[in-house]
Amino acid sequence: MQLLGKGNVLNPGKAQGALLVLEDALSFWGGFDPQTGRILDDHHPQKGASIRGRVLAMPHSKGSAGTPAGMAESIRKGVGPVAILLRKADVNVTIGAMVAARLYDLHIPVLQVPDPLFAQLVTGQVIAIDPSGHISALDGGTSVIGL
Amino acid sequence: MSAVDLSAAERADLNGENGPLRQFAMSLVVRAAEIWRAPCLIKAGFAHIDACHFNGQAHLDFARMLACGNVRFPIPVWTNTLPVSLLQNDGRADSDPDFVSGAREVAEIYRKLGCRPVWTCAPYQLPGGPGFGDQIIGSESNAVAFYNSVVGARTQKYGDFLDVCCALTGRVPCAGLHRDDGRRGQVEFDLTGLSDALLRHEETCPLIGHIMGERAGSSIPVLRGLPGDTPQDNLKAMAAAAGASGGVAMFHAIGVTPEAPDAEAAYQGGTPEQVHRIIADDLTVAKSSLSTVTSGQLDMVALGTPHFSIHEFRRLAQAIEGQRIHADLRFYVSTARFVADAARAEGLLDPIERAGVEILTDTCTYFSPAVRACRGRVMTNSAKWAFYAPGMLPVKVCFAGLEDCVASAIRGEITLTNRA
Repeated sequence: MQLLGKGNVLNPGKAQGALLVLEDALSFWGGFDPQTGRILDDHHPQKGASIRGRVLAMPHSKGSAGTPAGMAESIRKGVGPVAILLRKADVNVTIGAMVAARLYDLHIPVLQVPDPLFAQLVTGQVIAIDPSGHISALDGGTSVIGL
Repeated sequence: MSAVDLSAAERADLNGENGPLRQFAMSLVVRAAEIWRAPCLIKAGFAHIDACHFNGQAHLDFARMLACGNVRFPIPVWTNTLPVSLLQNDGRADSDPDFVSGAREVAEIYRKLGCRPVWTCAPYQLPGGPGFGDQIIGSESNAVAFYNSVVGARTQKYGDFLDVCCALTGRVPCAGLHRDDGRRGQVEFDLTGLSDALLRHEETCPLIGHIMGERAGSSIPVLRGLPGDTPQDNLKAMAAAAGASGGVAMFHAIGVTPEAPDAEAAYQGGTPEQVHRIIADDLTVAKSSLSTVTSGQLDMVALGTPHFSIHEFRRLAQAIEGQRIHADLRFYVSTARFVADAARAEGLLDPIERAGVEILTDTCTYFSPAVRACRGRVMTNSAKWAFYAPGMLPVKVCFAGLEDCVASAIRGEITLTNRA
């Protein structure tokens, strides 16, 4: 396990999983299939990829009043990501994760990650996140969430 | 993250002295304040919440948590549209009974919690709402843009759950559009190249709104050249279009909106970062991008996104009186129950309903199960409807003004005669 760096904790949690680095923002409201976690948005360059069980790295979210609810619902159903790394801190994503933690005791870490660290993130790489925001690279392993 | 300076009362909430739900609510408000780098929280006196709009179990579980906590809102809270109507029975073959019952339970919980059950996306059309300079909590994108721009009330765009948490605590982060410096105009849209006739055409304001959203993103546009007597309905359509195609939460129109008596005020003494000169061709391009069909047999007309106003009912009654829509199509007008009652009292609904038009309250045509069965070609005077619906419903859309929608509904065929 190799420490890559530390993110700013927006919602605390512990998780590990394979990274999916999104080039563009994703909407948690209509941007993906709520049954499977596959990206549906026709305008998204990674349409067809699944966010399920992944550590999702993205620049920010696409705004909509429904974003926090879409996020909390995806966590409840287990079709959402196990962790979210944001380049720009985002209120909607953070609120969705905080509400899911309260309602379902499912703690999805949401971190704001400094630019140099964000630039190092590569799709497929398996990483681990701890509740204080440390991000480490793993050699292998499966996706897990939970404190 | 930046530290937020809290008052003794706010700290008491955060420490759990007023119960676990107030503590949870305050923790979300403070987290939002940290992310937006607000130095402190400020009091808000009114909320229009979207969390009452059921769209999955999380909405219901959140509402049940509030119901169990026996909480009360310290400020007036009005409710956004629902995905179903509470007045009309919209249990059509394709509407999932679990969805309808979930939506009704969420609505009932917020009503019992003391919210004013207005169920409208255009709360600013009802009396008794906030006024100029008031700090408020808005969520629905068109209402946020209208309150900030046209009313001069102040709100950020609050997503689901944070809207309720702010309302429960009566506090918002002192950030963004709540602050003077967050309301400075940034990007100019110069309309002085458009003719007066074009500027006064019903289709023009929503098309300009659509263009503003596409080009300004989430920055604050300033319109130069909009007529000073532009009707409120047109500004409503503009706010809705800009909130749909982009993230516009506020715009200024020089000589029209209250914080822009002149350019100096709109830019707070500064200058625009960018100027877009709008010409008639830009409107033509926007119009064609909002219409996936412009001819052929018509299957439905959808008016009232955002909810129809009393003035729009007067226009519709005048345009349709004594006529009858084609038997093969449905014609819906979405509105608030309060506005529907006022229109009925004024005798406006009789000629409209006699013509075959259906009035849909509490909800909107593009997500109500009443309309889910809708297929084929739909006409609307809403750029917001035209922008969203083709992605949500199996329909082709034609954007046009109210009179063209009426004429087409009577013929049963898309007929575009009253073009700008």
